[in-house]
Amino acid sequence: MTPSESEPKVPFWLDPGKRAIGFQIITCLMVGLLAWYLVNNTLVNMEKQSIASGFGFLEREAAFEIGESLIAYSASDSYAKALFVGVLNTLKVSFIGIILCLIIGLFIGVARLSTNWLVKKLAMIYIEVMQNIPVLLQLFFWYALFYEMFPSPRQALNPMAGLFLCNRGVALAVPASHPAYFQMFIALMIGLVLGFGLKRWVKKRKFTTGRDFPVLWPFLGLSLGLPLLVWVLHGAPMQMDVPELKGFNFQGGIMLSPEFFALLLGLVIYTSAFVAEAVRAGIQAVSRGQTEAAMSIGLKKKHILNLVILPQALRVIIPPLTSQMLNLTKNSSLAIAIGYPDFVSVANTTINQTGQSIEGVAMIMACYLVFSVSTSIFMNWYNKKSKLVER
Amino acid sequence: MKPLKMVVACISILAMSAMAMAGTLDDVKAKGYVDVGINGSLFGFGMPDEKGEMKGLDVDTAKAIAAAVFGDASKVKFTALTAVQRLPALQSKEIDVLCRNTTQTLSRETQSGLNFVQPNYYDGQGFLVPKALGIKSAKELDGATVCVLPGTTTEMNAADFFRANGMKWSPVVIENTAELNKAFFAGRCDALTSDMSQLAGNRSVAPNPEDYMLLPEVISKEPLAPVVRHGDDQWFDIVNWTMMALIEAEELGITSQNVDDMLKSENPGIKRFLGVTPGMGQMLGLDNEWAYNIVKQVGNYGEIFERNVGPDTPLGIPRGLNALWTDGGQMYASPIR
Repeated sequence: MTPSESEPKVPFWLDPGKRAIGFQIITCLMVGLLAWYLVNNTLVNMEKQSIASGFGFLEREAAFEIGESLIAYSASDSYAKALFVGVLNTLKVSFIGIILCLIIGLFIGVARLSTNWLVKKLAMIYIEVMQNIPVLLQLFFWYALFYEMFPSPRQALNPMAGLFLCNRGVALAVPASHPAYFQMFIALMIGLVLGFGLKRWVKKRKFTTGRDFPVLWPFLGLSLGLPLLVWVLHGAPMQMDVPELKGFNFQGGIMLSPEFFALLLGLVIYTSAFVAEAVRAGIQAVSRGQTEAAMSIGLKKKHILNLVILPQALRVIIPPLTSQMLNLTKNSSLAIAIGYPDFVSVANTTINQTGQSIEGVAMIMACYLVFSVSTSIFMNWYNKKSKLVER
Repeated sequence: MKPLKMVVACISILAMSAMAMAGTLDDVKAKGYVDVGINGSLFGFGMPDEKGEMKGLDVDTAKAIAAAVFGDASKVKFTALTAVQRLPALQSKEIDVLCRNTTQTLSRETQSGLNFVQPNYYDGQGFLVPKALGIKSAKELDGATVCVLPGTTTEMNAADFFRANGMKWSPVVIENTAELNKAFFAGRCDALTSDMSQLAGNRSVAPNPEDYMLLPEVISKEPLAPVVRHGDDQWFDIVNWTMMALIEAEELGITSQNVDDMLKSENPGIKRFLGVTPGMGQMLGLDNEWAYNIVKQVGNYGEIFERNVGPDTPLGIPRGLNALWTDGGQMYASPIR
């Protein structure tokens, strides 16, 4: 017997199901109307005040310099290119920041659970202090420390050959450009692909035949050996591009600015404290019984960690880790306070010179949305992959 | 019920925007004060003194506008704005007028929907360097690192200057003036570039002002003027003629000290100016005593200049371009008649 046969017919406005749908439609309409009103109002007002709109300004000459850039840029390039330089600078500091953050966070998080009292307390102090000082203050602190502590370029510290420390940054000798390096890069990629192929093959063989095969050494041999072989075949070029004091500053080599260092340091130290807490929580979430059970079936210690503890801990660690990676990327926009030319900084200058704040802010929002969503998508994919397969 | 709340919200937003359609003068009168955007950390132009009171040439300009509108120079609300914030704040009606060392440019007047009035300070961009650097001219700055404020014409003028002279440089761009100064005085940059008036102010707050010098080159023209929004001609007229009145008062020899005596003057120009012969204030939509109130409460342009940036202040800036046209300067008021 179906319920409708026994119940009297309800008018649709009293049917909770249909009513809910009705409210959803009304809400959507309201939100739509509000959005349309806001956009329309903005456009009308801009028209009335004769503020220019549109993205045509992107092709005009930017006419301002940018302190550091990963690609060749000069004041005669377009706004679009200037903004691209900003995007690359943001990616550079975020990418290096996230890698360092994961390494330091993992290390501190594990130290927090150490049985050694001193190590445990030091890790705790680090986490509590760094989590609770606003990141902007930390940036000001590291930046001020950098330019107050190091001497001027003419008295630069030279702790080892090819390395100079001064208040203009860190000048580092790098190998002078040579065609070998590009081929070495290709060789590295080939080595990595072969290495991962080997890893798959070993895993498959282990599942089918149960026989072990060493992975680590052949992997290192392939990925490092191949580029090394290319280098030797090219006659082992050793020419270095050493920084030299010329005029006001060092020329040659690579120069890392105090702004970059201060931003990187501040972001990494701040965010790694949060990562450490996530790591600790994840490890603690795996009950002690799991370790004991694994030991009781005679697994080796490294296998217990790799096959039992980590897969379960990762489930807990990855979601908060993702949000910390996003936080680091977003916090990099504080760069404007200490003069690192990140995307927001360049976009701000652009807004000010063109007066097109709505377009500029829209671009900033779109850019960070793309950064954040792509990080999320990648981490969700990884999360799914590392999730326990429950049956 | 949620949808009902939404309807109410929508209606109230619509109602609010309808109310905001009136002219700036009516808005200002309804509020009872003028919202003015100022620098907030620029010595001599707009910065709080040790008692927390706003002082400076831009601040006095703002007070003159309040005196013209309300007959009371204190009816001003100051909002400190960075170079990046200032124009959007004006466009979005957060402030009624911007008195913040802002350079009049073509693109700002056309693309940004703004109007500049008579400049209250004629400036030019220069370079401040440590004497220890041992250079005598900006042409020797090839390869230098230069500290610069973002979002200003400064950034572009510097780029133009180095490009025109075929020199390389690298900028360090920090938004906060105080942080930028700290970085420069700690030696992060070889030079600091900005408008000459600002550099004089920056030098006066240096740990050792004598260790720094201004290079002789002035690389740009910077007419700094109060700004209003496009499209409100009455408000533009009020702000513009307030500036004119400040200059005209100095030309006529009327000061805050002698303005009451001047009311008895037989000079028709002075009588018209001070509202003894009525008419001028009415044309602006103000009281006929508008100019009297300005001079009585704030002083004439010369007094404002001497008080905030002149030779007897720590800035010690000579009148130069900012002298009256009769003394070889650029300060020239159109006739008030």
